[in-house]
Amino acid sequence: MKEIIKQLLRDKFARLALIVLGSIYLALFFADFLAPYTKDFSDRTMAYVPPSKIFTIDENGKLSRPYTYNYIREFNQESLEMRYKLDRSKKYYLKFFSQGQPYKFLGIIPMKYHLVCVEPDGRLFLLGTDINGRDVFSRLLFGGRISMTIGFLALFVLFPIGLLYGGISGYFGGKIDNIMMRFAEAVMSIPSFYLLIILASILPSGMTSIQRFILIVIILALIGWASFARVVRGMVLSIKNQEFVMAAKSIGQSELGIIIKHILPQTTSFVIVAMTLSVPSYILSESGLSFLGLGIQQPDASWGNMLKEAQEFTNIIYRPWLLTPGFLIFVAVLAFNLIGDTIRDVLDPKSRVR
Amino acid sequence: MEIFKYIFKRIIQTIPLLIIVSLISFFIIRLSPVDPLAELRLNPSVSQETLQRETQRLGLDKPIIIQYCKWAKSFIKGDLGITSNGEQVSTKLKERIPNTLLLTIVVITVTWLAGIPLGILAALNWKTPFDRILTVLTSIGMAIPSFFFAVLLLIFAVKTGWFPVGGLTGANFADMSILEQIKDITHHLFLPVLVLFTISLAGLQRQMRANMLDVLDSDYIKFARAKGLSETKVIYKHALRNAINPLITLLGFEFAGLLSGAALTEYVFQYPGLGRLILEAVLKSDINLVMASLMMGAIMLILGNLIADILLIITDPRIRIKS
Repeated sequence: MKEIIKQLLRDKFARLALIVLGSIYLALFFADFLAPYTKDFSDRTMAYVPPSKIFTIDENGKLSRPYTYNYIREFNQESLEMRYKLDRSKKYYLKFFSQGQPYKFLGIIPMKYHLVCVEPDGRLFLLGTDINGRDVFSRLLFGGRISMTIGFLALFVLFPIGLLYGGISGYFGGKIDNIMMRFAEAVMSIPSFYLLIILASILPSGMTSIQRFILIVIILALIGWASFARVVRGMVLSIKNQEFVMAAKSIGQSELGIIIKHILPQTTSFVIVAMTLSVPSYILSESGLSFLGLGIQQPDASWGNMLKEAQEFTNIIYRPWLLTPGFLIFVAVLAFNLIGDTIRDVLDPKSRVR
Repeated sequence: MEIFKYIFKRIIQTIPLLIIVSLISFFIIRLSPVDPLAELRLNPSVSQETLQRETQRLGLDKPIIIQYCKWAKSFIKGDLGITSNGEQVSTKLKERIPNTLLLTIVVITVTWLAGIPLGILAALNWKTPFDRILTVLTSIGMAIPSFFFAVLLLIFAVKTGWFPVGGLTGANFADMSILEQIKDITHHLFLPVLVLFTISLAGLQRQMRANMLDVLDSDYIKFARAKGLSETKVIYKHALRNAINPLITLLGFEFAGLLSGAALTEYVFQYPGLGRLILEAVLKSDINLVMASLMMGAIMLILGNLIADILLIITDPRIRIKS
């Protein structure tokens, strides 16, 4: 384990990936503070507003405190289009570390301070707004909390199931093994994305967002356990004939006890590696599911469901800021993959990804 | 003769697999609280008789085990029921499956044509800038969410007008000559293929590179070199053959991954394939259609693995001896 961490820090790419992921998670942890607005803040008159322009040089050409203008809606009679124009009549100065919308830090501690705010009546949309006039930048931070943790949570559900299933199947062998493995193979034979959307679609509609989140986690876990269980079974097959298992048997340890206490701990290093390697695929699955509208639902944000708006042509052409979640997914997945590659190289000198 | 025996055995093994798959899919769908005929009941163009026939066919008034048996029986007969629009499910599937197969086969072909040479080149130039740049590029390709990449390409298509947006064929497809038809389909296929190619290239190229590096280290390659064979002969005659073999197993996995990946790509590009069909069916909770396309997806996946296994049995004598 120490060796892996040492290698990760030594490798140029992996170090960069660790820094990127570290800063993403740090930003998500302090999302309430970093975001100018709360998750549910919406200004209905400000739908699809482009990113606010921040000025540091005023109209006289002098350096000034950073300020911004509000946008006003304007209807163009000739092209019959809604346009947003900067309203240059009033300046709004940015305020740092000042009081803004109240929130609860970590869900408990009530706080008001934000990293950056704007004077009252001013609007600061660093990455524009969506159809409901919600700040995309703030929602990116809150949505990231869901997108970047859902994969890990699914893994924590999936691994115990896979471990136990593979453990039992490998330990008992014979008919039990045969039946259990046929079942696992059958689950693997269904194209995983088909299974994913079907499971997501049978979720009843009137659920709270927390219930839905938990069920999505479980569904993601249901997709991946089978292939993991198969690998565990293979490992258990080679472990179960070693002396320490015989010893445990001879002192009268129960069979389930042997599997859980003696055999499965032997697979720890594999489990950790498999976990890091499969996080990105869960991030991608969740975002794909939410992109289709079957995953995390509005008003909750996730990177996938924020991209749902990018399905419309007019949006992707005239409102490119709505695509930012896609870049974040890409960066996060790339970073996880780079770390995974390095770990694989350390553990298996034959793999030589780099 | 031996070969046929193993192939036969392998084919027999898929039957229990199919039965379990059908059981799983059936119970997942029946677990849902949705009335399987709700859409049909609401559709005024569907007659009362058809409804009655469907209730009879699905055995909805009977316990779930009997329902499954009834469903399985009619599935084997090829009677897949009707969609919520009153169309035959089987005709709908016949329309879509060839399209998905076309897409996946084209993608697999292109990926292999590009991935194998790139893998070899990377292995031969191991740790050179060329190899590193290739690794970085494939990492990037692997990390782009397929649907996001598809959306970006759509913007590109709309802005430049170089590629048609959506569908598989142009408006006046029926009037074209065969040559024009092929050109039209290629034109439509280009972007979806590009998305899936980018995503699946990385896996194949890396595997090929790793295999090649492995093989180049082996004793028989050292021997071939010591014997004084030319480098081209060593690589293309001795190393390449041994390095490609393990990739055949990957073919099955690749097929599975493509079926899943294609669903989102098909959705974004409005490509008339199985993946989009199942998505639409799911969104409309059209049970017959969901069930049938789920089974078809599974059958295609199992067949893909079967073909890969058979190829492996033919090319690699060690497997025959082992079993």
